[in-house]
Amino acid sequence: MRYLPLTGADRRAMLATIGAPTVDALFEDVPAEARRDGLVDLPRGQGELEVERALQRLAAKNLPAGAAPFFCGAGAYRHHVPASVDHLIQRSEFLTAYTPYQPEIAQGSLQTVFEFQTQVAALTGMEVANASMYDGSTAAAEAVLMAMRITRRGRAVLSPGLHPHYAEAVAAQVRPAGGKVARLPLAVDAEAASIEAVDADTACVVVQTPNLFGTASDLSGLAEAVHARGALLVVVTTEAVSLGLLKPPGEMGADIVAAEGQSIGNGLNFGGPYVGLFATRERYVRQAPGRLCGQTVDADGRRGFVLTLSTREQHIRREKATSNICTNSGLCALAFSIHMTLLGQAGLKRLALLNHQAARRLKSALDEVPGVEVLTPRFFNELAVRLPRPAAAVAEALAAKGILAGVPVSRLAPGAGFDDVLLAAATETTTEDDIARLAAALKEVFA
Amino acid sequence: MRFTKDHEWIAVDGGTATVGITAFAAGQLGDVVYVELPEVGRAVARGEGFAVVESVKAASDVYAPVSGEVVEVNAALSAAPETVNAEPQAGGWLVRLRLADPSELDGLMDQAAYDALVAET
Amino acid sequence: MNMVDVGRPTRPEAGEPAAQGRFETRPATLTGGSGLQQPEGLLFEVGGLDRCGVDLPEPELDASDLGDLVRHGEIGLPGLSEPETVRHYVRLSQKNHAIDLALYPLGSCTMKHNPRLNEKLARLPGLADIHPLQPVSTVQGALELMDALAHWLKTVTGMAAVALSPKAGAHGELCGLLAIRAAHEARGDARRTVLAPTSAHGTNPATAAQAGYAVASIAQTADGRVDIADLAAKLGPHVAAVMVTNPNTCGLFERDILEIARLTHEAGAYFYCDGANFNAIVGRVRPADLGVDAMHINLHKTFSTPHGGGGPGAGPVVLSQALAGFAPVPWIVARDGRFDLVEHVEEEAAQAFGRLCAFHGQMGMFVRAYAYMLSHGADGLRQVAEDAVLNANYVKARLSDLMPPAFDGPCMHEALFDDAWLDGTGLSTLDIAKALIDEGFHPMTVYFPLVVRGAMLIEPTETESKAELDRFVEAMRAIAAAAPAPGAAGLFKGAPYHAPLRRLDETLAARSPRLVWKPDGGLS
Repeated sequence: MRYLPLTGADRRAMLATIGAPTVDALFEDVPAEARRDGLVDLPRGQGELEVERALQRLAAKNLPAGAAPFFCGAGAYRHHVPASVDHLIQRSEFLTAYTPYQPEIAQGSLQTVFEFQTQVAALTGMEVANASMYDGSTAAAEAVLMAMRITRRGRAVLSPGLHPHYAEAVAAQVRPAGGKVARLPLAVDAEAASIEAVDADTACVVVQTPNLFGTASDLSGLAEAVHARGALLVVVTTEAVSLGLLKPPGEMGADIVAAEGQSIGNGLNFGGPYVGLFATRERYVRQAPGRLCGQTVDADGRRGFVLTLSTREQHIRREKATSNICTNSGLCALAFSIHMTLLGQAGLKRLALLNHQAARRLKSALDEVPGVEVLTPRFFNELAVRLPRPAAAVAEALAAKGILAGVPVSRLAPGAGFDDVLLAAATETTTEDDIARLAAALKEVFA
Repeated sequence: MRFTKDHEWIAVDGGTATVGITAFAAGQLGDVVYVELPEVGRAVARGEGFAVVESVKAASDVYAPVSGEVVEVNAALSAAPETVNAEPQAGGWLVRLRLADPSELDGLMDQAAYDALVAET
Repeated sequence: MNMVDVGRPTRPEAGEPAAQGRFETRPATLTGGSGLQQPEGLLFEVGGLDRCGVDLPEPELDASDLGDLVRHGEIGLPGLSEPETVRHYVRLSQKNHAIDLALYPLGSCTMKHNPRLNEKLARLPGLADIHPLQPVSTVQGALELMDALAHWLKTVTGMAAVALSPKAGAHGELCGLLAIRAAHEARGDARRTVLAPTSAHGTNPATAAQAGYAVASIAQTADGRVDIADLAAKLGPHVAAVMVTNPNTCGLFERDILEIARLTHEAGAYFYCDGANFNAIVGRVRPADLGVDAMHINLHKTFSTPHGGGGPGAGPVVLSQALAGFAPVPWIVARDGRFDLVEHVEEEAAQAFGRLCAFHGQMGMFVRAYAYMLSHGADGLRQVAEDAVLNANYVKARLSDLMPPAFDGPCMHEALFDDAWLDGTGLSTLDIAKALIDEGFHPMTVYFPLVVRGAMLIEPTETESKAELDRFVEAMRAIAAAAPAPGAAGLFKGAPYHAPLRRLDETLAARSPRLVWKPDGGLS
């Protein structure tokens, strides 16, 4: 087998060295009842050619975003990733390295993590950031747990524009830990109303901008009100490119930022792997989850980087750790960092503006479709569109015509009063022809 | 000065007492990088964990030798945690307690008994 | 205070310069160059705020419609041209050790070869360029792949169901415990404690605490296994689950595992198995046959998906029939010859404990793991376990005369040593690890599990040739022979000498955390 270097002669020689008659003898501790002499009931191994054919057959049954006019967003966005990003993350020393626990021979990983942390802090307008979480939704859950530790309060308010998957992930993790979650009903533009749900036991308000419906908000007023009641503001963003154009959470009074970094450096990948961005104020860092990389010097006085503040983490603090997280999303964070390096702030600002431009063009085209209404008052690159018919059926009908028209809100929140609303995103990859074809198809469907 | 089997020391002055960790404990822990101290006004029970002393590779709970109320914490440790290594039984003190029940002191070890305990470890 | 003796030196100690010619005398270079290895500064030192390596068209519309929402001022993100970006990262990569360079003996991590076929297939547009929320009719191939992966995981473990969404092993542990919690609550029998052995990986108690449980320890026997009598004594109607790793963190198979399962079930609790060490038994032993109710599988360990410098991983959880109904959404179901996703707690998934995370799981890792499974097949997977166990026992046999193993008898896929052989040398496990770096190898796992003093845990994996194993053994034997020599301690304490950096001051990093770059550049 091509991945197994030992030969029959090797195995015999090694058994002789060990002093065991057969390999079976090394499994002597397995109870007789559990011993299996035969193979499990699965096919035998195959060569590369056969495996390729099998996977290509499966791939061919999917409609890739690049093969159709594409408008799906709702937490995962299609952007163009420069060729060198994917090339660099496949270097052996990045792809096949472990977590950098031995810093002398891991400065490649450690320096890139330090750079990533700095980039994330700058992007979000916050003071410090960690080495990444699994994704934005679990980062949001960890942010709520962290706010509960800091404030010693047990309740979280989830604002009306929070992505339903994020709200569910927060609830699944916070409730067993003894916390309470108040989920406000979905609304297109009601972030500020979250303050009415804040009581003396509220640890934090979790608010998203741009929100599920694409609405961008200034959260400064909400932040002030939340702080006045002794609670913290957790800001979520699912479209990291928006931070190239919009005022960042750190400038609006956020205490913790939990964001999805997939838009930068990482493809759609059917939902994973993604990369959670986690940033906060310096004074809260000892309550933060996840790995942190810090600067130091070596025995010869040269600058170097190490994982630090590790006593927060599971391998030392065990049941008192700030989180159970161990493996995070290192390679996706590296891809994010490389893409960000290629862009620089000048490139990121321009990319963000191109995204907004595409969305403005999309809105103009949709405004011309009879019976269709754009609900989003202020947007970055995503629009909530009210259709004259249930959105799920419309999306299905357009898919049959080779157009991926967007995500029906009912897919995420059935029966929440938005069954006729479609979420349509446009990015720098969206062409005017794509928009024209979408508008034409919608006109046809509603005619 | 009296000692616990968990390597805390306590020095009494009237109705209040100063508490810290012993030189032996500080040596075992290695370089102290951070100390988590309780809030002033908190009540602690004998044997209850009330502080955490962190080195790079370990976080150790510190247990109250006697019951009482925290009246002062050593705020200087925030900027200079290494004081716990340098002067564990002097400048590296952790908290001052107002004693709830001075008779609890009777159950603690004296220097000789503590030294014997360390020798066995 | 509770004495934790894992504390060890974190500030570099003064090591004596070489007495025995360890440093070759080379003339200094003229400009500080070091041959093939290139120096490289921080991005924030070499990049520029106005530089860019991506050509983007000039926008024609502006953001005037957004008014005050627009960001002003510098963001603080430097850029570089493409050639400079490539150099920056290639130069940094030169400073990393990696599986592709040499045997990487990290116990408990399973550092096996990462097949490149898997990387190629994960990048097929039909698998990589699909959105999780596009209509299900347009991603039937993706759902079919996930269903096939699920079938392989269930068959190789003998279990009834699998939750695919957890994004790492620790996340899988949380998933399993939340399913167990839901199962107890459904019976109106809320329990508050989880038992785990003292040797457990830190994620086990951390996860139990996150799931709202108190954690109690089970003692270990002198031969490195769960103490059955202690387990029996600690079980009771308050225990929700017992978390056991098998093979355990000492690299040993829990011989009494059937008894562990029986006692656990008798007490009304569930048996959670930490599957981090599944590589030792895959294709040979099925966890279902051991009485396991839930087990996470680290796809980035047993099934070769790359470690990537710290993830991404994937931790799907196989579940018994009793727990299957509580698995989190989404579920993949087959209906009328098509695949569908149940994404809400309703219909078939009415008892699901909820949703763990957004979307459906780590599809990129599913593709890689599935390709790995197809490549190996049932026969190849069985051979994987056998060669992994053979390799570990070979290394153990060739080192035992100089470094006695922590426990007697055959090990499974990893060999555990303690530091007793270093008594009298003045050296610690850490010094041995750093010396190994100079010999060309990444150190083994050190100071884990906590139950063994100065632990050294060596897991070669099955993808190592005998020649590479012998090379590693020779390096260890040379270090073990050099350790007791008079005056050796000074030399060892200064190692490594041949890595890009010497030992780093972790105390300084923890006392004065500098977590982001600042213009002043130094350490406050």
